[in-house]
Amino acid sequence: MTARMTPLLSARAITKQFGGRNGCRNVTFDLYPGEVLCIVGESGSGKTTLLNTLALRTEADSGTLHYHATHGDMLDLRALSEPRRRLLMRTEWGFVQQNPRDGLRSGVSAGANIGEPLMAVGARHYGQIRHTATQWMERVELDATRIDEYPAAFSGGMQQRLQIARNLVTGPRLVFMDEPTAGLDVSVQARLLDLLRTLTSTLHLSVLIVTHDIGVARLLAHRLMVMQGGEVVEAGLTDQVLDDPQHPYTQTLVSSVLPV
Amino acid sequence: MNAPETQLASAPYDSAAEGYNFAYLDEQTKRMIRRSLLKAVAVPGYQVPFASREMPLPFGWGTGGIQVTAAIIGRSDTLKVIDQGSDETTNAVNIRRFFARTTGVATTRRTSEATIVQTRHRIPETPLTDKQILVYQVPMPEPLFRLEPRVAECKKLHALADYGLISVKLYEDIVHHGSIATTYDYPVIVNERYLSSPSPIPKFDNPKMHMNPALQLFGAGRERRIHAIPPYTKVRSLDFDDHPFEIQRWEHACALCGSKESFLDEMIVDDAGKRMFVCSDSDYCHDRREQQADQTGAIAEGESA
Amino acid sequence: MYVAVKGGERAIEASWRLLDKSRRGDTRLAELSVGQIREQLRLSVARVMTEGSVYDEDLAALAIKQAAGDLVEAIFLLRAYRTTLPRFGYTQPLDSETMVVERRISATFKDLPGGQLLGATYDYTQRLLDFKLMADAQANGDDSTNGQAAQQQRAALQETPEAMPRVVTLLNKEGLIEQETPLSGAPEPGDLTREPLSFPASRATRLQNLARGDEGFLLAMGYATQRGYANSHPFAGEIRFGSVTVEMELDELGEAVEIGEIDITECQMINQFAGSTEVPPTFTQGYGLAFGHSERKAMAMALVDRALRAEELGETLASPTQDIEFMLSHSDNVEASGFVQHLKLPHYVDFQAELELVRRLRAQHAAQVEQTSQPDTGHDQEEQAA
Repeated sequence: MTARMTPLLSARAITKQFGGRNGCRNVTFDLYPGEVLCIVGESGSGKTTLLNTLALRTEADSGTLHYHATHGDMLDLRALSEPRRRLLMRTEWGFVQQNPRDGLRSGVSAGANIGEPLMAVGARHYGQIRHTATQWMERVELDATRIDEYPAAFSGGMQQRLQIARNLVTGPRLVFMDEPTAGLDVSVQARLLDLLRTLTSTLHLSVLIVTHDIGVARLLAHRLMVMQGGEVVEAGLTDQVLDDPQHPYTQTLVSSVLPV
Repeated sequence: MNAPETQLASAPYDSAAEGYNFAYLDEQTKRMIRRSLLKAVAVPGYQVPFASREMPLPFGWGTGGIQVTAAIIGRSDTLKVIDQGSDETTNAVNIRRFFARTTGVATTRRTSEATIVQTRHRIPETPLTDKQILVYQVPMPEPLFRLEPRVAECKKLHALADYGLISVKLYEDIVHHGSIATTYDYPVIVNERYLSSPSPIPKFDNPKMHMNPALQLFGAGRERRIHAIPPYTKVRSLDFDDHPFEIQRWEHACALCGSKESFLDEMIVDDAGKRMFVCSDSDYCHDRREQQADQTGAIAEGESA
Repeated sequence: MYVAVKGGERAIEASWRLLDKSRRGDTRLAELSVGQIREQLRLSVARVMTEGSVYDEDLAALAIKQAAGDLVEAIFLLRAYRTTLPRFGYTQPLDSETMVVERRISATFKDLPGGQLLGATYDYTQRLLDFKLMADAQANGDDSTNGQAAQQQRAALQETPEAMPRVVTLLNKEGLIEQETPLSGAPEPGDLTREPLSFPASRATRLQNLARGDEGFLLAMGYATQRGYANSHPFAGEIRFGSVTVEMELDELGEAVEIGEIDITECQMINQFAGSTEVPPTFTQGYGLAFGHSERKAMAMALVDRALRAEELGETLASPTQDIEFMLSHSDNVEASGFVQHLKLPHYVDFQAELELVRRLRAQHAAQVEQTSQPDTGHDQEEQAA
């Protein structure tokens, strides 16, 4: 982590606003391979806008965004054509939606949901696709005998695991997550966070997580950025920021967390 | 059936030969269609939009195939028109009459004598040659439409060769039925690039599309698209390595000619539900019976000699 | 002994003869003339011209006669004929402000310049079947009083046209309503009769599609927008019916000349205001236009036009009436009728394929049921894993 590596993702002065207000302004950071970075803030802080802009789901107003692709090229993401962008999203990136139903196909089985990204990049053996899907269900701690059931048959927490499996099955290098544990029961959240922690470290993933929950940041992130009113007010190593917050807003955030 | 139908009584519902251009369409329209055809042949399997006209037959009844044929047919051509494999179904008859009256071109029942074969939902059993063109009538040219009805989105999927969706459908078929459940309009990959609909031919006919010496043209009038498979092009039916593509087989043989290799139509012949199986391709069946009659005649002669 | 089906030709010819008879009906009754249809079924003629995309009352009347009153079939006939017509070019845009107005109403103001002109309308009739109309009336010999009166009325209208600015123009004096002004450098509208529809579709293309679209479909969808499926709070700003001159620029003359007059119905709906930080709230418009006297069509079209502008105006898309691709792909009744009715064509080859599949699956199912009901366990796991 301390060696001078090329950043996987580099953002400089990224700005995206709506009618001259809200959104995010002037965001600059680097994300390194294998690093988990949390963007923390309340609703309205601009964190979701930032995530969507970084993931190229909305277009930035200004700033630069670079990505170090697998084949070694440094891609200017804002200049990518739509086909290249969609290819990148299919092969090297993942995006876990806050509501798992938005990130899954409700009309096909759990196995098909996990297998689809494989089939989209050319997998042609039914048995192997099924085997891989089974393995992934086990990895995210789902009952693999339920491989043929539809997503609606699973609980919210399990659907989220299914969505995670669907995103990770192609071995992406960078995964975006939008409030992955919001809306789940506290105990379910805890187990899901554990799972994410294990997966991110064993798979050496780079992850950008947006959350309003400091606990998520503390558990998962190497570094975090605190956002307020569309700007990053503080950033640094998680432990440092949370143990010794400098900015008044960060201090409020930290002190308002109920001790577990 | 071989002579041009100049003996037909003129009726108001016939496209009158007088006052209309050769093959009904004006030359500019034909040129527009031919430009689309050239684009289609240049990019096998890709759906080329074209400005389909309102024709004297309704949309959905073969206007695409008719426009393609009208754009390519010339005075020296010989035309065969089939529907469900037969020259005698009412729609095939209607379309053949249309061309007979608007072109005066020779028509035929025999596949081997035709230069252009316009077909709905079957490929002739008799193998085609590199002197022939097969024109398919296509209702829905978009192979993904049941999974993704939005045309704009499908265009992107084709552009990006993003075909995971159709594989998912086949995967689910195997999950629920134990095998792929599509029996007609079975999707294919043309020239190893574009996912394409072969039109609602039974999957039994799919293998005939692969490396066919004839030019295969597909016209969808209502949806306003044309696509093509040039001669000797690879056409692969989608499948999984461990669930390979298979064609239908019958336990029965044709009750008229005895064929066990052709596509058979099932017919219910009496109130008790007794069934009979007959070749769908009327010309193929007729030929076989003629050959058998000749052979029987030859044997008889041999015996009597 | 089964004989292959033949005789399709003779069947078709026989069906034509039967159709002729059925269309003509009881020969003791006088045959309808094209002129009668043109004059006495003028509202059918209006619809056929609008959706057939040809302004010719006689041809539309002929199509209606040939189609035995099936208007969708008549529209198809007219469209097919249109395909064969030579094209000379495009006219100048019609100026409905200079319309010789026979009927003009606005629901947004009690009174306005030009007044509210009720004209000939069913709106305020009592819907009671008038059995007097069942009597077989004869033609009134010479040029009927009807025809003379109509001509006199038109002449009167033309002599002293009271200024009849559009409500929309009046509102704009305060800047209250968005104006439909063409942007400089905007491309020419496409021509849907020459190019296939593709998406995204510009407003000009959408309006063309809707103008040719099925009145029933637009009526249902317009109705839906009023019932909460994309609620846009419409007011009928202006509905006018009358005749406008058609002008066309001729190359040889280098200027525009009048080539004729047509009757049109125009509707402008005024809808709830949109606004952004730069632009203060204004009223927005929906537009409808049809040949002949076609108020229901013009009004429904205006409602749908406005709904399809949702994306452009930054509104949330919540209803199929706002889905441009869905609406424009299904509005054409010639296409719809063709495809729905094509199901009458033989499909037995594909059905055979399906029969074979269903039989095979049922056999498999039966075999599985037998397997699981027997105590023989050896094969079970293999079957279930397959």
